Amino acid sequence: MNIHWILLIVLFLSGPVWAGEARPLADDPVAEQRLKHLAVELRCLVCQNQTLADSNAPLAEDLRREVREMIAKNMNDQEIIEFLTARYGDFVLYRPPLKATTTLLWVGPFVLVIVGATALVVTLRRRAAKVVDVPVTEDEHRRVEQLLADGGKRS
Amino acid sequence: MIPEIGHFALILALCVAVVQGILPIYGAAVGNSALMAVAKPAARGQFLLVLTAFGCLAYAFADRDFSVLYVAATSNSQLPLHYRLAAIWGAHEGSLLLWTLILTIWMFAVTLFSAHLPESTRSRILGVMGLVSIGFLLFMLTVSNPFERLIPAAAEGRDLNPLLQDPGMVIHPPMLYMGYVGFSVAFAFAIAALLGGNLDAAWARWSRPWTTVAWCFLTVGIAMGSGWAYYELGWGGWWFWDPVENASFMPWLAGTALVHSLAVTDKRGGFKVWTVLLAIMAFSLSLLGTFLVRSGVLTSVHAFATDPKRGMFILVFLAIVIGGSLALYAWRAPRVGLGGSFASVSREGMLLANNVLLVAAMGSVLLGTLYPLFLDALDLGKISVGPPYFDSVFVPLMAPAIFLMGIGPLAQWKKASVPDLAKRLRWAFGVSVVTAITLPIVMGNWTPLLSLGLLLAIWILTTGVVSLRERLAHVAGNNLMERLASVPRSYWGMQVAHCGIAVFIVGVTMVKGFETEKDVRMNVGETATIGDYMFRFDGAQDVVGPNYTAARGSFAVSRDGRETTLLYPEKRRYTAQNQIMTEAAIDPGLLRDLYVSLGEPLDDGAWSVRLYHKPFVDWIWGGCFIMAFGGVIAISDRRYRIAWRRQEPAVPAPTRAARRKVA
Repeated sequence: MNIHWILLIVLFLSGPVWAGEARPLADDPVAEQRLKHLAVELRCLVCQNQTLADSNAPLAEDLRREVREMIAKNMNDQEIIEFLTARYGDFVLYRPPLKATTTLLWVGPFVLVIVGATALVVTLRRRAAKVVDVPVTEDEHRRVEQLLADGGKRS
Repeated sequence: MIPEIGHFALILALCVAVVQGILPIYGAAVGNSALMAVAKPAARGQFLLVLTAFGCLAYAFADRDFSVLYVAATSNSQLPLHYRLAAIWGAHEGSLLLWTLILTIWMFAVTLFSAHLPESTRSRILGVMGLVSIGFLLFMLTVSNPFERLIPAAAEGRDLNPLLQDPGMVIHPPMLYMGYVGFSVAFAFAIAALLGGNLDAAWARWSRPWTTVAWCFLTVGIAMGSGWAYYELGWGGWWFWDPVENASFMPWLAGTALVHSLAVTDKRGGFKVWTVLLAIMAFSLSLLGTFLVRSGVLTSVHAFATDPKRGMFILVFLAIVIGGSLALYAWRAPRVGLGGSFASVSREGMLLANNVLLVAAMGSVLLGTLYPLFLDALDLGKISVGPPYFDSVFVPLMAPAIFLMGIGPLAQWKKASVPDLAKRLRWAFGVSVVTAITLPIVMGNWTPLLSLGLLLAIWILTTGVVSLRERLAHVAGNNLMERLASVPRSYWGMQVAHCGIAVFIVGVTMVKGFETEKDVRMNVGETATIGDYMFRFDGAQDVVGPNYTAARGSFAVSRDGRETTLLYPEKRRYTAQNQIMTEAAIDPGLLRDLYVSLGEPLDDGAWSVRLYHKPFVDWIWGGCFIMAFGGVIAISDRRYRIAWRRQEPAVPAPTRAARRKVA
């Protein structure tokens, strides 16, 4: 009974009297926007495969706080990323940097398309030279119709 | 006792598989029909044996038999029955049993629907499937036996990973595996045709419906996995380019290419060599996906190296299957005929170009998935390849493919003319470009990607309309309804599946362009507004579930002062392993989803809360289901029904011939 009363009162009061607008978790929405922008491309180092933005792991929370602090220190995105890679290696970046060991990774897809397209053109050319198109005559068409009809009867 | 019966059934199944893999293929080679006749009963027997084994494992789970190691490791006495049964495929050993069961289900289906096939072809197909099955049965019996005993028995099971305790778990893996393993049928058809040297249009016609069915299952399976991740993981994403997801997406891309390539082989006799290669590729990628997910290589290359037995087995098996089929291909393919001639600009040409793009996209996904593993294995450093990489290589590859997708169905077979196509597609192109540029401006957020997405979606729809109009002009019929009815279902299937892609693209584009989110600290009674919706937090209560305790928040959502819905997100603590899970609450809608997930409890009853407004997000999965539905329509086409019915002359022959003329 008591709980019902309390609920009722809460319901009444939770109208315009109490209803405050909830505060954002972060103090500075602009900095938070930047953090989000950075964090979606960073890996949570202890998670299976999650971005820093998505992870709820304590270590991810710590790392987010660090990034926040760096933003507060007016470091730009480039500097923050350089700091993080110096500390955690390229593993922390979901967009692998282009360097000797990752050249194939970045160039590969476009090589695939170019090789595929070239192979396609070459094969089609060769094929066109090899295939001799024998035109089908009216007579043959009629014969096919006849055969199809016969085949249908036999089955 | 029951687990031993299951174990024994698996051993018997292996014996049957060996017989099924050797005798019929040999029989087909030497023309011995007695040996060939072994295929059908062997396949059915194997199905029953594996089903028995599966039933035994299911019984052990239902009975909470914690003297079986696998049961003790993946379930718990508190776990509800449906999740105990779903726990059969909750980890490695059981997933393999499911894999094998589904393989034998497909075999059984082949024995049912192959009356129209020549005896030698059917026995080769079943033989090849038997050979694949040997690999999986051996794998289970040697290094990952689901029936292994735990002595003394555990008093209590370790429980299923809470992430997997979800209705999605009950349905997603079987669907996905139906798709994965379904490509084994297309693979077996291709290998059988290579063995028999009769790669012809009939081969393509026979394997087409099987491939389409597998593709439909895979499409639905992937969509369900994505939807599950969306609501279960609690941060509202729907695709993460995670290696496990990529493992299912690669066979899909290859399978999509295969479905289209088969269409050309069937209709025009072309691309045979390529189609066979795609069939081998699609199934090999399914196996590769199983290897990636099951060998532990993804968690860490080193985890793989410390317990290499399983990984090595799959790797060797993979090498035998892929290497063997490619060797056979290299030996036999050059003898295959070329089929009819066609110009570069023709429907064949465009389908082939699209195939190249799809395969290049598949190759890129493969590259991005395996690259970090190789670098790590070679000690060249650890890198992460994630969404930013995949997005930036995938979109440029897919955009031209989708552009071609609009033109392809309108181009004539054999030879099409560019000026003619341009003339027919003029207004479709105009409408697409104008809408794609203006619509985002009207909606108040113009970005190049948003415009591109809308352009592609509208392009698919407008070209579809043009194609349908032209089609209707060419079929017989007195009125519109009659003409609509006489368009073959395979055509409708294609149109519907393509529309599914458009719907999917709209979903992806809109949610990327217009999604809003808020991280707020909410006290009881406080409100937060997102989109046009106001969320009021009415506090959190403790609730007790069957095997967890939870804090359940309640949120009243209103729009323009009118209450629209109540949402109850939960933060659960699963008792067996003391794991915390977030259960988001979602109010789905045709035009938007509202998504709330609870973060952490803060002081005095307040919680950190994450709110999302996701416009059109359900279109992503809706599009996938529409695609799969298109596949279903396509296989209900009259020509397949005729083929299956051919044995029983129910339809009088003259009628059938007359119908064929209309089609």
